[in-house]
Amino acid sequence: MRLKDIIEELGLKVLAQGDVDREVNWAYTSDLLSDVMAGAQPGDLWLTIQKHMNIVAVAKLKDLAGVVLAKGVQPSQEVVAKAEEEGIALLLSEEPLFELCGKLYEVLRRKD
Amino acid sequence: MERQVFSYSVVRTGSFEDVGLISTEIKKKLEELGVERNIVRRVSIICFEAEMNISLYAERGGNIFVAVEPDKVDIYVEDDGPGIEDLEKAMQPGYSTAPLWVHELGFGAGMGLPNMEKNSDVFEITSELGKGTKIHSVVFRNKDAA
Ligand SMILES: Nc1ncnc2c1ncn2[C@@H]1O[C@H](COP(=O)(O)OP(=O)(O)O)[C@@H](O)[C@H]1O
Ligand SMILES: [Mg+2]
Repeated sequence: MRLKDIIEELGLKVLAQGDVDREVNWAYTSDLLSDVMAGAQPGDLWLTIQKHMNIVAVAKLKDLAGVVLAKGVQPSQEVVAKAEEEGIALLLSEEPLFELCGKLYEVLRRKD
Repeated sequence: MERQVFSYSVVRTGSFEDVGLISTEIKKKLEELGVERNIVRRVSIICFEAEMNISLYAERGGNIFVAVEPDKVDIYVEDDGPGIEDLEKAMQPGYSTAPLWVHELGFGAGMGLPNMEKNSDVFEITSELGKGTKIHSVVFRNKDAA
């Protein structure tokens, strides 16, 4: 499923666009950077409540499809600018992580 | 391809904002050189964790050297303090001396050194209390290349 379809289905707010035509393979949820480094796969969407600068580097290093910030956590303008510069999609949801994960799981499962 | 060497200094700024910039730089270099994707992935993980540890623990910063050869990538990481008291403990998954506020940022899960070892074909670490820590990691390019 393409990123833009997920953005639409889940009503995500786009902070930095990245590549909205990218295929999203699956998703990974964690707030521990080392855990994401170890466990996420290229093409995954990363769901987290961490909003600091380093999420952009982690997404870039792991070649993730994008980062979805849950619970309405707003990153700083610098983080958004960095995501734009690196071509990383940075998305925002008002929902808490659990609900967000549940909904995305359904959406990604449906297309299988 | 000849041996290509890149060196980076990890400077301690007191904030973690910059952690990941050097690893991202290294990743881009390897991609430019046409290093296999799976190898780039493993080197990225090793370098990110190395960068993070220097930023978290080495007060005076440290250095990362990456040497790319046709058959392998060597990664050398060094800092000059404070050193690790019990290496065996430090290598255990989950062991971390990072303070709570660092954990809350998602840093320091005690997975750094184990992640580095797991992604290396050769992993050597030496450390001396008060002196510093040295790591040499090798990722062979002929294995699992893709
Ligand atoms: N370069 C270093 N200098 C001093 N101590 C270190 C260094 N790298 C790691 N350590 C020690 O080893 C422990 C485990 O490291 P690591 O596996 O990366 O986990 P974490 O950084 O998440 O705590 C750290 O908590 C720290 O006590
Ligand atoms: Mg660490």
